[in-house]
Amino acid sequence: MSPPVVDGTALVRAEEVVKHFPTGSLGEVVRAVDGVSFEIRAGETLGLVGESGCGKSTLGRVVLQLNRATSGRIFFQETELTHLRGRRLRSQRREMQMIFQDPYASLDPRMTVGEIIAEPLQNFGLANGRMGERKVADIMDICGLNPDFVNRYPHEFSGGQRQRIGIARALVLNPKFVVADEPISALDVSIQAQIVNLLADLQDRLKLTYLFIAHDLSVVRHLSDRVAVMYLGKIVEIAGSDDIYANPLHPYTKALLSSIPIPDPNLEAKRRPILLTGEIPSPVNPPSGCRFHTRCPIAQAICSEQEPPLESKADGHLAACHFPGKL
Amino acid sequence: MSTSAALLPIEADLDAIEQVGLWKDAWTRFRRNRLAIIGGTVVLLLVLDAFLAPVLEAAHLIANPLKQDPVNLYASASWSHPMGLDALGRDLMSRLMFGAQISLTIGVLVQGIIVLIGLSIGLTAGYFGGKIDNLLMRFTDVWFAFPDLLFVLVLVSVFGASELSIFAAIGLVNWVNLARIVRGLTLSLREREFVEAARAVGSSPLRIISRHIFPNILGPVIVTITFGIPQAIFTEAVLSYLGVGIPPPTPSWGTMIHDGYEAINYAPMQAGWPAIAIAITMLAFTFLGDGLRDALDPRMRK
Amino acid sequence: MSTEPLLRVEDLESHFFTSAGVVRAVDKVSFHVDAGETVAIVGESGCGKTVTALSILSLVPDPGKVVGGQVWFRGRDVLGMNRHEIQDFRGSEVAMIFQDPMTSLNPVLKIGFQIKETMTAHHRFDRSQAAARVVPLLNKVRIPEAAWRARDFPHQFSGGMRQRAMIAMGLANEPALLIADEPTTSLDVTVQAQIIELLRDINRDLGTAVILITHNLAIVASLCSRVIVMYGGRVVESGSTTQIFEHPQHPYTWSLLQSIPRLDQPRDQLLTIAGLPPDLRRPPSGCLFHPRCRFRVERCLKEEPPLVEVSPGHWARCWVTMKKALADEPTRG
Repeated sequence: MSPPVVDGTALVRAEEVVKHFPTGSLGEVVRAVDGVSFEIRAGETLGLVGESGCGKSTLGRVVLQLNRATSGRIFFQETELTHLRGRRLRSQRREMQMIFQDPYASLDPRMTVGEIIAEPLQNFGLANGRMGERKVADIMDICGLNPDFVNRYPHEFSGGQRQRIGIARALVLNPKFVVADEPISALDVSIQAQIVNLLADLQDRLKLTYLFIAHDLSVVRHLSDRVAVMYLGKIVEIAGSDDIYANPLHPYTKALLSSIPIPDPNLEAKRRPILLTGEIPSPVNPPSGCRFHTRCPIAQAICSEQEPPLESKADGHLAACHFPGKL
Repeated sequence: MSTSAALLPIEADLDAIEQVGLWKDAWTRFRRNRLAIIGGTVVLLLVLDAFLAPVLEAAHLIANPLKQDPVNLYASASWSHPMGLDALGRDLMSRLMFGAQISLTIGVLVQGIIVLIGLSIGLTAGYFGGKIDNLLMRFTDVWFAFPDLLFVLVLVSVFGASELSIFAAIGLVNWVNLARIVRGLTLSLREREFVEAARAVGSSPLRIISRHIFPNILGPVIVTITFGIPQAIFTEAVLSYLGVGIPPPTPSWGTMIHDGYEAINYAPMQAGWPAIAIAITMLAFTFLGDGLRDALDPRMRK
Repeated sequence: MSTEPLLRVEDLESHFFTSAGVVRAVDKVSFHVDAGETVAIVGESGCGKTVTALSILSLVPDPGKVVGGQVWFRGRDVLGMNRHEIQDFRGSEVAMIFQDPMTSLNPVLKIGFQIKETMTAHHRFDRSQAAARVVPLLNKVRIPEAAWRARDFPHQFSGGMRQRAMIAMGLANEPALLIADEPTTSLDVTVQAQIIELLRDINRDLGTAVILITHNLAIVASLCSRVIVMYGGRVVESGSTTQIFEHPQHPYTWSLLQSIPRLDQPRDQLLTIAGLPPDLRRPPSGCLFHPRCRFRVERCLKEEPPLVEVSPGHWARCWVTMKKALADEPTRG
């Protein structure tokens, strides 16, 4: 894989983003995203990992303003998105797109493939006649789809092909920034590899910047330049890809990494995962201080009292922990 | 056995898989439902009847429904008048056949009004949610609270009893059901990932509603309309029976029952035939509606 | 001590009779499981691994049917059992747990009750014995505060805990064999590690044999001693875990292993398998995998290869095998 073309400037910036969802009960909210800040530079891929309930999918949607943030700010190329509404927001969408998780649910069953891919073009007046058809055919080709099937319906395609349709739809406008929300989780193993390669390939060809959200850490590592780990609505660690896997500082990251099975029986025989106690706490009522302290093997008194800030512990490596690297 | 593998080209992942289309699958399932086919056929015959009645009359194959015969009031069946004559000596069968026109027109026009109002309100409330939804739904609730028949009577007495005012009245009263159904469907569709995807690619609310939501609620809407037709027919019959429906001399089944009521003791079929006609029509539409609903239900796909 | 395997499956065949044709979901599958062994059946969706397990328990849903073959459990003919015998057999000698515990557990009954019911239904324990076993079982699957938790309903449990409850139900009647069908697919990776660890402990402490059905090759490496690879309803390779992972002989197995990103290896382009799984209503001629195989030869298109023992205990269904393919043209791949 060729090294990323990384610019110094931040393409996307999130500042203290918070997203709370109301629950049925009065006064209670689900703190899905509870104060997240990060930057993504042009041309790079930021991987976002975490387990269920950590808020990564919600964060992805808030970055694109598909859900409005409860508070905090999102900047895209220095334009503040959080203040935009209606038509002005829609015009921004030309530059930032999303690839969805479920290839079965994310395509309108009553539209043809051609119509699905052409919709973004139509929204921006780019679908006129031959030019429009060419653009659709081209992007289908680039994504590994046969352009002859432009009049078929989604149900006539396999899961992997549908995902390619979704990718084609996201890229037909030639956006700069793409949020990929678990794009391969719903696919069979052998197809996953195809899509992963495709995404890497497209990034090179089309000069894309990705926010790659997934729970499968092996895949995230494969595609990302930097990785952010989320737990219960907050980022607990961000570092370069190789760095975070070689030298995880946050206990949660370490436990996560140790839990990933490796397809090698000899290695597996020697490993023992760090098993976390208890369950993931409810995002309605997160623990005091460091949110991870209830399950952390090395938690001390200070961990339940003071929330550790996400700060730099080594070059380009940030962690939110009072005792980084001690596990 | 060859030991060197001749590298044969790999077929790329370009083939689409064959699967049955949504509408084709629905049609197959519909075809298997006997009652639905019967219902559909009867409806078809009714439509044919409505169109052909004036043709047949012009060809003198059936009598003129308006022509009175003062001498032979309540005449019994004969070759030239297979169902006999009514209180004013008019041919019953011909009136029955022409009556279908009114019934079907009622069905279609009324549903047209219902669809217009119900769809707009339902889609808007369902898609935008929040305050708009609240406002529209409270308005709907208030509207719904009015007793149907009373409301229609009021409208009819205000605007006069013409065919148009009857249709409008019935339609205006009955859009609430469709509006609620459409709103519910829209609400759930709004959360589907492909709608979210449409927002992500910059589609405006109007585009999303017309290109994504509307086609996907077509199934249940069609079914609701199909069930609504017999209701409209019945309402007209009741109104006409009460004497505030279609004004004479236009033959409608409801007016025929109204007229035939007086002779119920000695010429029961005067009211009997039109009643049977209404019953069969309502049943036919109901079977059709059931069949459509089952056929269009995506969960029943194999 | 008898060397007869605990479970022996011979030429098992299960077909689905659909309106669009006959699908040969399980096509002459044979394998065995010894007492106390952990065996994995791996493959992707549609390969027939789940239907194989269901066939063993005579649980194949309509329009499917077991149409041929034999299943022997401790020497007993399982497919020949009548209704009562098979109901007794299921859940007590062989237990099965499924991927989504939420749909396998009754949402309106308490967990403890459901576990107890599993026992009383099989008449191995009476009411009071069954009741007494509930909490120890929950403890064994490491559900905290078991005594309290037994009174909860399924929706009050998290995904991982529900899966443990399912395992507890599976173990209630002390089966000799536990079949786990994708037990961790819907779970988070840390929870998955816990469940695999649990299965390992159960196997070691109770001597329960385990058949793990999964598409996740990585968890197989940590839990199972033998692997059976299925494709298109057939067994295409089988052998010990070490043999399969270190020297995969069937191109499908080899390609699968190459396509998985690994934490411990550098980030290169992943090898992919082109094409789609076969349509079993109109299967390809010859070897089912040939349309997607980069090592195929003429013979592969015409004749389906038999299972051949390529080294002791290691069987592969391939005319070429990776040994030859990699030796012939080391530059390819």
